[in-house]
Amino acid sequence: MSAARNAADLAALPALPRDDEGPVFRAPWEAQAFGMTLALYERGLFTWKEWAERLSVEIAGARERDDGSRYYELWLAALEKLVGDLGLVLGPELARRSDEWAQAAAETPHGQPIELKKR
Amino acid sequence: MSGHSHDHDHDHDHDHDHDHPGEHGAPLSGPALRAKALESLLVEKGLVDPAALDQLIDRYETKVGPRNGARVVARAWTDPAFKRRLLQDTSAAMAEFGYTGRQGENMVAVENTPKVHNMVCCTLCSCYPWPVLGLPPVWYKSAPYRARAVIDPRGVLKEFGVTLGDDVEVRVWDSTAELRYLVLPMRPPGTEGMTEDQLAELVTRDSMIGTGVVKQP
Repeated sequence: MSAARNAADLAALPALPRDDEGPVFRAPWEAQAFGMTLALYERGLFTWKEWAERLSVEIAGARERDDGSRYYELWLAALEKLVGDLGLVLGPELARRSDEWAQAAAETPHGQPIELKKR
Repeated sequence: MSGHSHDHDHDHDHDHDHDHPGEHGAPLSGPALRAKALESLLVEKGLVDPAALDQLIDRYETKVGPRNGARVVARAWTDPAFKRRLLQDTSAAMAEFGYTGRQGENMVAVENTPKVHNMVCCTLCSCYPWPVLGLPPVWYKSAPYRARAVIDPRGVLKEFGVTLGDDVEVRVWDSTAELRYLVLPMRPPGTEGMTEDQLAELVTRDSMIGTGVVKQP
């Protein structure tokens, strides 16, 4: 069975999305979410079992709609809750910072790096 | 606020284009915005070192991949003593290559034979043997795969192009945070004269998850 044949068979099956053997992050933020979690784990702030449980809860809640494409969205949601529960980054603080970045992005011309303004 | 210039520098040095997630410079929004906000706060608080973050991402994205697992499989095909060690104490045998579970999990290699086909999934989330296979493919993380791998493994295998005889038993292994499985596929016929490196080239990622077969020489 050739890889090409495999890929063709599966391309016809939207229920089982798959990639080739290339990079598995589909957007930079996915890699960011993944990396932040590992970095915090390596500081010993939580156990991997704890993380897996939280991620499972998040994924279980989305089961109906989860075709794998939302995996890192759920991952990020689990991470936000985890850092909130650990008191590392609280919800309101995160919301405020998101607004600041959204504002900065909206005010930045295309092609320019986005920066937070000093307030 | 402090840390702006740091964030800024970080983004510029970064291989990933954090700042422009949209195709055409669309405003930062959705998860990209949330990830950005969280990262900038974690960096400011000194909880995450941006350089270390980049290294981690790069390592898992490009440096660890199915090649690690393929080397292990090729060694097992050519070295019967290694194969015994691999099946008896997989984590220790992997450690001979320097591949160790970053999350402290144990790895277990399960061997395919003419009578047994093994397939790995994770029904709860998507636990995966990262040190040897890199990051999981999108489909491995999908709900249909996670659910159907257990209920209808033959059906799923068929969709992946793997057809097994009725006399072949299918064993499905459900990974957990502490225990991750790696399939040791069968060595294809006609490879007797091949070196370990040549053999490793035949070993696909999917063959080590059990949803594919190794390439024919």
